[in-house]
Amino acid sequence: MTTPPRWTYVCRRDDIVPNTGVAAKVGQAQVAVFRVVAPDGEDEAVFAIGNHDPRSGANVISRGLVGDVGGELVVASPVYKNHFCLRTGRCLEDESWSVPAFQVQVSEDGLVLVREA
Amino acid sequence: MMKMKLVVVGNGMVGHKLLEELVDRPQIEVTVLCEEPRPAYDRVHLSEFFSGKTAQDLSLVAPGFFDRPGLNLRLNAKAVGIDTTAKVVRTADGASVPYDKLVLATGSYPFVPPVPGRDRPGCLVYRTIEDLEAMRQWGSKSKIGVVVGGGLLGLECAKALKDMGLATHVVEFAPRLMTVQVDDMGGKLLRRKIEALGVTVHTQKNTLEIADGAGMGVGGRHKMVFADGSALETDMIVFSAGIRPRDELARNGGLKMGERGGIVVDNACRTSDPDVYAIGECALWSGKIFGLVAPGYDMARLVARQLVGDQAGEFIGADMSTKLKLLGVDVASIGDAQGATPGSLNYLFSDEVAGHYKKLVVSADRKTLLGAVLVGEAEDYGTLLQMALNGIPLPEHPEDLILPARQGAAPKGLGVDLLPASASICSCNNVSKGDLCAAISGGAASLGALKKCTKAATSCGGCQPLVKQVLDAELKKAGVTVFNHLCEHFAHSRQELFHLVKIGNHKSFDEVLVKHGKGRGCDICKPAVASILASVNNEFVLKPRHASTQDTNDYYLANLQKDGTYSVVPRIPGGEITPEKLIVIGRVAQRFGLYTKITGGQRIDLFGARVEQLPMIWKDLIEAGFESGHAYGKALRTVKSCVGSTWCRYGVQDSVGMAIKVEERYRGMRSPHKLKMAVSGCTRECAEAQSKDVGVIATEKGWNLFVCGNGGMKPRHADLLASDIDDATLVRYIDRFFMFYIRTGDRLQRTSVWLENLEGGIDYVRKVICEDSLGIGAELEAEMQKLVDTYECEWKKAINTPETLRRFRHFVNSPEPDTNIQFVDERGQIRPMTRLEKNEETV
Ligand code: SRM
Ligand SMILES: Cc1cc2nc3c(=O)[nH]c(=O)nc-3n(C[C@H](O)[C@H](O)[C@H](O)COP(=O)(O)OP(=O)(O)OC[C@H]3O[C@@H](n4cnc5c(N)ncnc54)[C@H](O)[C@@H]3O)c2cc1C
Ligand code: SF4
Ligand code: FES
Repeated sequence: MTTPPRWTYVCRRDDIVPNTGVAAKVGQAQVAVFRVVAPDGEDEAVFAIGNHDPRSGANVISRGLVGDVGGELVVASPVYKNHFCLRTGRCLEDESWSVPAFQVQVSEDGLVLVREA
Repeated sequence: MMKMKLVVVGNGMVGHKLLEELVDRPQIEVTVLCEEPRPAYDRVHLSEFFSGKTAQDLSLVAPGFFDRPGLNLRLNAKAVGIDTTAKVVRTADGASVPYDKLVLATGSYPFVPPVPGRDRPGCLVYRTIEDLEAMRQWGSKSKIGVVVGGGLLGLECAKALKDMGLATHVVEFAPRLMTVQVDDMGGKLLRRKIEALGVTVHTQKNTLEIADGAGMGVGGRHKMVFADGSALETDMIVFSAGIRPRDELARNGGLKMGERGGIVVDNACRTSDPDVYAIGECALWSGKIFGLVAPGYDMARLVARQLVGDQAGEFIGADMSTKLKLLGVDVASIGDAQGATPGSLNYLFSDEVAGHYKKLVVSADRKTLLGAVLVGEAEDYGTLLQMALNGIPLPEHPEDLILPARQGAAPKGLGVDLLPASASICSCNNVSKGDLCAAISGGAASLGALKKCTKAATSCGGCQPLVKQVLDAELKKAGVTVFNHLCEHFAHSRQELFHLVKIGNHKSFDEVLVKHGKGRGCDICKPAVASILASVNNEFVLKPRHASTQDTNDYYLANLQKDGTYSVVPRIPGGEITPEKLIVIGRVAQRFGLYTKITGGQRIDLFGARVEQLPMIWKDLIEAGFESGHAYGKALRTVKSCVGSTWCRYGVQDSVGMAIKVEERYRGMRSPHKLKMAVSGCTRECAEAQSKDVGVIATEKGWNLFVCGNGGMKPRHADLLASDIDDATLVRYIDRFFMFYIRTGDRLQRTSVWLENLEGGIDYVRKVICEDSLGIGAELEAEMQKLVDTYECEWKKAINTPETLRRFRHFVNSPEPDTNIQFVDERGQIRPMTRLEKNEETV
């Protein structure tokens, strides 16, 4: 028996200041949701990864600075500045610190939905 | 093709290394018998379990590793017998596993001296994750803990007990700590240092018996009775009195054993049966057991090669040099540390004030280094180790290698160029200088890249400084100039960018990036450019176009703490505050349940605020007339003052008045790094102005102005810039000085480091500031005046800007707070719950 995937409405895309993140409660999990826009205003995308910073133990990944390192979109944890890949949650400095990645979709009218893990 | 059946007993660190070396060999069918409930994990970093790492974090097994065909892992499968004639291994559950080749990698077990009472509950050892779980459990119901054994592991264990908050004792049989690695004097110093940390050390104690303690229950469950008649009460005991090889399997299987245990192996790591190998801590080679992981890895690599038919190479013993940080004390031991080589000579240096002890052991002809002991400071470990290992000729005065460098002396240390390509740089991962050079010329041009592709410096980390030196030397040789580019997005220094922003009249990060950079920016260039924009334009830092470039502290206008809460620091100019305002701070702290502390900067810090509380806290503070203290910004922090001539019988000027005046002038000013100031009322210097970026000291005739002092990590006394100047000149010079630094400083470079890197030094600065040699004096003053005139309290602005306030909540889709933030009471106030208290491995 399979249960259908559950998608949680998080906020409107416009509620997220471009190139910042917000934290959202998705089921029991805390998820960091980022809205990323290239400097020319193009190439907009939304990503969701775990909000728990494994290194400090604080739920603050959503408050990190986003950017790219070696061509990969990342967020830097605000505590000890480890970088996490926005697509996969992989920690660039030490893979054992990686965080989960969540599926995310933006509806036509701009609603951000994250899928429960 | 018939596959070879290989059985490996033990999936510890060394056994697992062997499997890694044999991966993707379809001709071998491997069965791994692992007694523990989980596959291999990093025993070397086991203690990090106590600082929050989980069993999962410590795992050495790459994802999917055991899913390979031809690799069968059996957990909870203890081997109980081998029959070398029938060539089968029997396991505890009754199974028989046939083999063509057998590798024993059973490691060792902690030795527990045969003391009556050693089986009492709460008597533990320190080797596996289960052992640590038991320690944690006992630790939570104990007040006193004893470690039996003052060796390397014992001291590591003592740290764990100490961190759990127990009154910690180390009981050692020998007259000193770390008998194997350190000599008498080094041991004495080590003991003093460890005792200063609050661990009680008992040497020459022979435990006769462990009996009931008087306390019964917490505070004396056991009583340890010693041969000298003394006794010690404790709640838990951890034995760390050495290791013994786990050789029972081999012994019962009839293999040749050492007199005092250990499975005898030859230079190919073969036991007395040619089809059975032994590697790691269970193997006895040339009468020696190696209790470190690097020699075990060498053995694993060697046996892996033989199993696939490559007979070349042999085990030739291993270097047992070590460098560690024990309870925060650096200790290193190299080669013949005890001076056992006939005719060897010692050089000794001991500084009892700083707590350093260093010894060199050199050959009789004083040409080569045989060994060394370093306690208290071990920065030169890498250099000395390489000299000893590679027989590099000693300098004419070997003592220079351990004497502290005098000012102006040429830097000591060996040029890494002297090392042969075969020199082993990282012994944990068997990486030679040649391997590093090959990787560097193959494109690994940063420390991170080099670590990734060679694995050097990824285990104990002791070799990292040397790896960096090799990297720098190679890059230099290759003609790569080491750029001061801000980061991969900007091929400019901060100074150049400042200029470009000014000239181009840029107003946002995106504009600067599109014009002068590439990519999307990162956590290095965003805050740096944000700071430049603030220094030039002084716009509200949370304007939508700046918000995404601010570090979390600037984003929430508060300082992030380890648990995700923030601290709040209202400005208290000059440290002067009315009783009414003191009461307001107290009330606010009470109302929001915050922890309060007087800072080192003469003001009050309120800790434990959740993001959603910050605006309410500031509303109360602003109503009472407080302003942001910018404790979160790379900006002016505090201007410390002494009480000065108003009250003090020695004071010659109103230092408090001047401190308030300058604090109000420069508050909120963003700069390459934080800025601190102080004003003292006379030459007694109670405000410690000479340790600040700008220090002002009153004289009979006016003020002396000091610049570029620093406390902190690398203290520096400030330099005198001008003397006996009046109030107006003082302010003019400070205006110019700050603006000049803001224009030319590097990212996160304090004024002290800036000055030290500035050609011409303080004389040059004096010419620019006091003699206006560049003719920019008026310009600098005007730029500063603009910042002063456009100052606005960021918090006042924030609480009046609804779109900014919306961001001050934890969840975007729920008003709930973050339940991970939890406090406990300590000394009448809150403090964050530790991860241990939260029992976090389940999170
Ligand atoms: C709160 C306070 C400690 C206290 O309880 O007394 C403190 C706390 C911090 N200090 Fe400090 N420093 C505090 C006074 C000092 C002092 C003493 C002083 O200012 O007179 C010094 C030495 C003086 C100096 O800076 O030259 C000091 C030298 C440092 C350094 C080393 C700077 C250096 O260049 O060597 C750092 C690290 C850094 O900035 O990179 C640092 C960094 C920090 C940080 C920002 C670390 C961090 O990122 O979390 C701490 C944040 C505090 C917070 O959350 O509010 N703190 N720190 C003091 C706040 C003073 C204030 O009212 O603003
Ligand atoms: C706390 C601590 C800190 C350390 N710090 C350092 C350090 O800083 N530097 C350093 O170089 N070394 C350090 N060491 C030593 C290092 O961990 C060992 O040298 C290394 O683990 C040896 O590897 P091994 O595979 O021989 O033994 P182990 O890692 O002990 O593995 C042996 C495995 O075999 C299993 N086994 C035994 N008998 C059987 C059987 N009959 N059937 C099935 N399985 C069996 C055991 O359960 C175990 O899992 C430290 C050790 C500890 C405990
Ligand atoms: S510095 Fe001078 S004026 Fe200030 S308190 Fe000390 S002695 Fe008094
Ligand atoms: S020597 Fe241990 S990591 Fe290199």
